[in-house]
Amino acid sequence: MSRGQATQAPGRDGFVVAIDQGTTSTRCILFDHDGRLVAVTQREHRQHYPRPGWVEHDAAEIWRSVERLVPAAMAQAGAGPDDVVAIGIANQRETTVLWDRRTGEPVGRAVVWQDTRTSDLVDEMAADGGAEKYVERCGLPLATYFSGPRLRWLLDATPGLRWRAERGEVLFGTIESWLVWKLTGGPDGGVHVTDVTNASRTMLMNLQTLDWDPAMLAAMDVPEAVLPEIRSSAEVYGRARTVVPGARIAAALGDQQAALFGQTCFSPGDAKCTYGTGSFLLMNTGREITRSSHGLLTTVAHRIDGEPASYALEGSIAVTGSLIQWLRDNLGLISTAPEVETLARTVEDNGGCYFVPAFSGLFAPHWRSEARGVIVGLTSYITKGHLARAALEATAWQTREVVEAMDADSGLRLASLRVDGGMTSNNLLMQTVADVLDAPVVRPMVSETVSLGAAYAAGLAVGFWSDLDSLRRRWHRAAQWRPAMEPEQRQSEWENWQEAVRRTFGWIRH
Amino acid sequence: MPGSIQSIERAAALLKLMARTPGGLGVVDAANALGLAKGTTHGILRTLVGVGFVEQDPAGRYRASATLADLAEAGLDANELRSRAVNWADSLASRTGEAVRIATLTEGGVLVVHHVFRPDDSQQEMEVGDVLPAHACALGKVLLASTGTPRGHLVRYTSRTITQPLALRRALTAVREQGWALDVDEHVPGQASIAAPVRDRGGLVVGAIDVHGAVDDLVDPRLRPRAGLVPAVRHAARAISRDLGAESA
Repeated sequence: MSRGQATQAPGRDGFVVAIDQGTTSTRCILFDHDGRLVAVTQREHRQHYPRPGWVEHDAAEIWRSVERLVPAAMAQAGAGPDDVVAIGIANQRETTVLWDRRTGEPVGRAVVWQDTRTSDLVDEMAADGGAEKYVERCGLPLATYFSGPRLRWLLDATPGLRWRAERGEVLFGTIESWLVWKLTGGPDGGVHVTDVTNASRTMLMNLQTLDWDPAMLAAMDVPEAVLPEIRSSAEVYGRARTVVPGARIAAALGDQQAALFGQTCFSPGDAKCTYGTGSFLLMNTGREITRSSHGLLTTVAHRIDGEPASYALEGSIAVTGSLIQWLRDNLGLISTAPEVETLARTVEDNGGCYFVPAFSGLFAPHWRSEARGVIVGLTSYITKGHLARAALEATAWQTREVVEAMDADSGLRLASLRVDGGMTSNNLLMQTVADVLDAPVVRPMVSETVSLGAAYAAGLAVGFWSDLDSLRRRWHRAAQWRPAMEPEQRQSEWENWQEAVRRTFGWIRH
Repeated sequence: MPGSIQSIERAAALLKLMARTPGGLGVVDAANALGLAKGTTHGILRTLVGVGFVEQDPAGRYRASATLADLAEAGLDANELRSRAVNWADSLASRTGEAVRIATLTEGGVLVVHHVFRPDDSQQEMEVGDVLPAHACALGKVLLASTGTPRGHLVRYTSRTITQPLALRRALTAVREQGWALDVDEHVPGQASIAAPVRDRGGLVVGAIDVHGAVDDLVDPRLRPRAGLVPAVRHAARAISRDLGAESA
């Protein structure tokens, strides 16, 4: 169940507990006052696929993971409840949970962000006015990705549920709401809240007022009684009644916003890219709401209690790490993900081969749901080494597409890219990203930036850390890759990539 | 000579059987072929799957793995090692304030497979892919201590480089006994490093991790490692080894 172990005895200063509730697993990490990782525990949970396109989690199973992981991590570090100065939560975003206020049990399974059951509903809503009709209010286009349509679907599909929701018997939340409610006592006085970053992914919150938007609630047919109260990302929501009794729960952020915070991207123009199953590039745009004309999402970066919110532009890439898993699980080219680098290094270059993994369409900046993947440039010369290289290059070129969109929308030119996530241990990939961006790529000393961001926000809220500058000073460069590709080669490869992308368009015909 | 170990003999027999049956075998067939109890056979097969010598297909049949076929080449993939070690290497750099490297033995030296910058945000170059002389750095000494002294001429880099084979053998014996290695000025003047071995399942040394930096930062005037450095390096090495499946590293 747990891995890793203590790296030092508990300091007098205490620890911040970060809970990173992700799509495939939950992790608990303890950080000390220097922002150093002191203990790690991790536990996977089941993925349920009841129908094609449906993805569900058992929120009760996720809660049981948290109940076990936090004490186990504290035991590793030799920490007691008194050593915990605060708890911060980072969570998979847009996953929708409904639960019974009285019994504390989930009502059905949680519907996960990858789930596409709302596609008909979303099409229907977009029929009159288009997918962009609510962008002014909530910053997001109508898409299956977000939790608002999911909530409506559940209220429509489950007999009696809407009636119970209107009476306040059933509560809605994204995962952080569920965990805060359970930690603060559940049916016995649990606090029903969400933070601005998670609320900004529902389509139900107004980006200006940072409150539930009555027009959006009407459009989604969602009763207000079911909704949590929207709070800052960094403030004390309440004290834990269980797991770590007495500990202050002092932060919640969506995982990508947490990573932005953990990378200390506090100033306008600061950006990071997290490389995981998919990849997410977020740029802080400051107090101003920046609208995208290049296919990016407008979202809340964070809000510290008592201060105005900071906003962000977000570009998401659907398939990056999952392409490497596909090479491993579906083609059997490699036996572990890191081996893709070994295989790619058996050849000098891509051999003229390009791989566009539009497995479920293309996300930012294209947003082509009818696109499907292609491998082009195949000749008898191509080996599995070239395929491995083309797969890694696909992640690098997709990063460039999002960076170009971000530069165009923000009017800024990204000077260097801060990176984190599992794929940053792939040196060839990181070098390729630097090469195709023509900008340095920098990895911070703590690569667990999602957890670190949740810890920083919680620590800030309780005064464990004094201000943003003191957090900035804790950011250190662990590695840097500098561009080393000839400009002519970069340009011709970029053109080849764009041509390959065009070949994915229009594959699915309605 | 001590007596033979029955379970190893049985494992060897099972491996021979697997190698002769390319289509694979179920537990019952394997047990019948060797006249063993089903439970015993199952236990040995699961152990062989665990060490990577046997694979189980989706139908539940066991067969010899590709790893077994090229056992001489099959070490731990260097990129796999890096991906398992990243967190612990970061943590070591952060705690010691020094740069950290992870290396494996390669043709003609020690190959740096991972590098964490000294956490002071100064300009530093990535050393991944560099090959260091094994006899002249702590990483190399740790790796040689598990494989034996290299053949050929020991090149002199500084006045402190160990160039006598006998002296190197003695130094390696000491490294084996103490479980860590030190180099002061032996490769680059003014630089020192402290390294410890990273072990795979079964205890095989598959890599080494070091901290390196200015001589004055790493050792005292009598050239002894500064307090806390050796335990920190060994702690990180053990943590990575545990993640790799080494039991009592």
